[in-house]
Amino acid sequence: MKYLDEFNDPELAASQFEEIERIVTRPWSLMEVCGGQTHSIVRNGIDQLLPERVRLIHGPGCPVCVTPLETIDKALAIAARDDVIFCSFGDMLRVPGSHHDLFQIRSNGGDVRVVYSPLDAVRVAADNPDKQVVFFGIGFETTAPANAMTVVEARRRGLTNFSMLVSHVLVPPAIAAIASSPDTQVDAYLAAGHVNTVMGTGEYAPLVERFGVPIVVTGFEPLDVLEGIRRALLQLEEGRAEVENAYPRAVKPGGNPAARAVLSDVFEVCDRAWRGIGVIPASGWRLSEAYAPFDAEHRFEVSDLHVEESPLCRSGEVLQGLLKPSECEQFGTTCTPRQPLGATMVSSEGACAAYYQYRRLAPSGQAGAKVDA
Amino acid sequence: MNDDGHVTEMAPGSWSCPLPLRDHERIVTGHGGGGRLSAELVEHLFRPAFGSEVDDPSHDAVVLPVPTGGDRLAFSTDSYVVTPLIFPGGSIGDLAVNGTVNDIAMSGAVPVALSAAFVLEEGLELATLGRIAEDMGRAAAAAEVRLVTGDTKVVEARDRGGLTITTAGFGIVPDGVELSPRRVRPGDQVLLSGPIGAHGMAIMSLREGLEFESELRTDSAPLAGLVQTMLAAAPGGGVRALRDATRGGFAAVLCELAESGGTGIEYAERDLPVPADVAAACGFLGLDPTHVANEGKLVAVVAPEVAEEVLAAMHSHPHGVEAVRVGEVVDDHPGMVVARTGLGAKRVVDLPLGEQLPRIC
Repeated sequence: MKYLDEFNDPELAASQFEEIERIVTRPWSLMEVCGGQTHSIVRNGIDQLLPERVRLIHGPGCPVCVTPLETIDKALAIAARDDVIFCSFGDMLRVPGSHHDLFQIRSNGGDVRVVYSPLDAVRVAADNPDKQVVFFGIGFETTAPANAMTVVEARRRGLTNFSMLVSHVLVPPAIAAIASSPDTQVDAYLAAGHVNTVMGTGEYAPLVERFGVPIVVTGFEPLDVLEGIRRALLQLEEGRAEVENAYPRAVKPGGNPAARAVLSDVFEVCDRAWRGIGVIPASGWRLSEAYAPFDAEHRFEVSDLHVEESPLCRSGEVLQGLLKPSECEQFGTTCTPRQPLGATMVSSEGACAAYYQYRRLAPSGQAGAKVDA
Repeated sequence: MNDDGHVTEMAPGSWSCPLPLRDHERIVTGHGGGGRLSAELVEHLFRPAFGSEVDDPSHDAVVLPVPTGGDRLAFSTDSYVVTPLIFPGGSIGDLAVNGTVNDIAMSGAVPVALSAAFVLEEGLELATLGRIAEDMGRAAAAAEVRLVTGDTKVVEARDRGGLTITTAGFGIVPDGVELSPRRVRPGDQVLLSGPIGAHGMAIMSLREGLEFESELRTDSAPLAGLVQTMLAAAPGGGVRALRDATRGGFAAVLCELAESGGTGIEYAERDLPVPADVAAACGFLGLDPTHVANEGKLVAVVAPEVAEEVLAAMHSHPHGVEAVRVGEVVDDHPGMVVARTGLGAKRVVDLPLGEQLPRIC
């Protein structure tokens, strides 16, 4: 299959592993920023096959995981209303709020619908003029253009019954937050390729300059991930720190100009709380003033809702790469995909869920000697 | 259709809408009321479509002769709900017959007869019901099983003309056949009757809001014939256990076999037949083909010394032409399934928790 098999070729992968083995002379820690990359790495066992000196740290790039509990509770409060049809991407339905999740809202009679394209939510609004239709607009820069188009389209069609609960987050400020942490163990970053498809690579040069770390724009199939790892290691070994694009088939330096134009029109930068990490300055998007009437938080008056996370959950440390999922005392015992304490165990892109799903061979939750090297 | 009676044998597919049913193009409450409308539905729609002949119409229960060939019965029931009701390659009618036929067949039994109970929603088009009943008749004929009794109820519309079918059925387990995960031993081989994922992705391609173009068709098929062919190829009990890989997919079946057998199972992802269009559709939805439902594929655990013979027998049957050996039962990690990834690493294979949810990005 074009674009799948080609980037999953075992022989090419084997030669990449050999090349990486040849390059590496001392221990390095790389952070793959995106949850999609974490999933690919753990599912394919890439981390098991890397030299022991190369350690992968799973970053905060799962949009489901970093959406604050408070936002989930706001979503639940809105979705439970009789006059609301609540539309969401599928994997948000299982994310637990303080007391329940969207599945439970649905079984209690709430009208909660999974949409695959955000614009479907606008269609639902047009088809149901007597209901308020709310779309749960979460994600990184990747999902933002399609989410932004919902309010553009709703305005064009004159729909007054559509709104969006926005919890958008941005990758560069998250990298800056991790890189400036005194505890950071990350030597280089694999940037989330699909974010760069939209935004381009221009935002990363200042980070490289400020923190002196290599940032390699990386794709998601096994060979894409390996190429990102190889280039990052090569930079580290040669003492370089640059922005490199290892995913040129999808990423242009300027990104997607049409998408960026819509984004700058619809959103404005704001401080944003990240689940488990806390507030990172200028790390999110909210609706711009021009589109503020479409903001569900104001329409349904849930802005004042405040809640606390489970004190047992250490997903914040996991999201910052300070803790491997299997090192958490709750992992696989009090915290499982069935009874998740935090969102990293819920989403299939979450590091804890990926470890739970693929790494329970040994009692400690590790598959092989190399996993936690 | 509580009152099964004598019907004239009609070829499946010959349903035509005779006069009484023309009064209603859609199901109304009265079709489940036990009165004249119910009787007409049975007489003019179900019986001709099912093509079953029952000798004595005077009982609510059908009376059948005790079949020969074994002194043990396999009995199973399942309910069928699917949206949309009709999809590429089949309909809920095919699933309702083949699903229960296959559940019976996985015990090694030869299916004999099925019942079918319908819960119809007001507003269901009679033409749709007629098509579904025809599919049931055709599937029953292909599976060499009889649809002999049934029931119809009508409920208020909840989903604009939905339909639930419950089928139950029994078969005869031939003497000497003993299939159970408890008979699985380390060293046994795991066989798969063909490529996976087509049914689930064919349905997914039609889901509201997710329409994508594909030529995927359901793989719905009766597997009883294939099972008997396999059993005949290993008469000494070399076939240990069988499962049809329906909801939860191939991965769920392996997990269930490993867990109930108390053994480990390993397979190589590379050996798993996944059609290119299934792989592509799963790729862009973020789904795992091993978790996608099939309706005409089985997984067999067989003793190593008969694996070649059983595989050859599968290849000789129309529903096993593409059968492959995919893995084996191991001493390690009892109760757990492990896949060798394409790159050569190992990962745990788990049951999906609930519904598979397409990922955000």
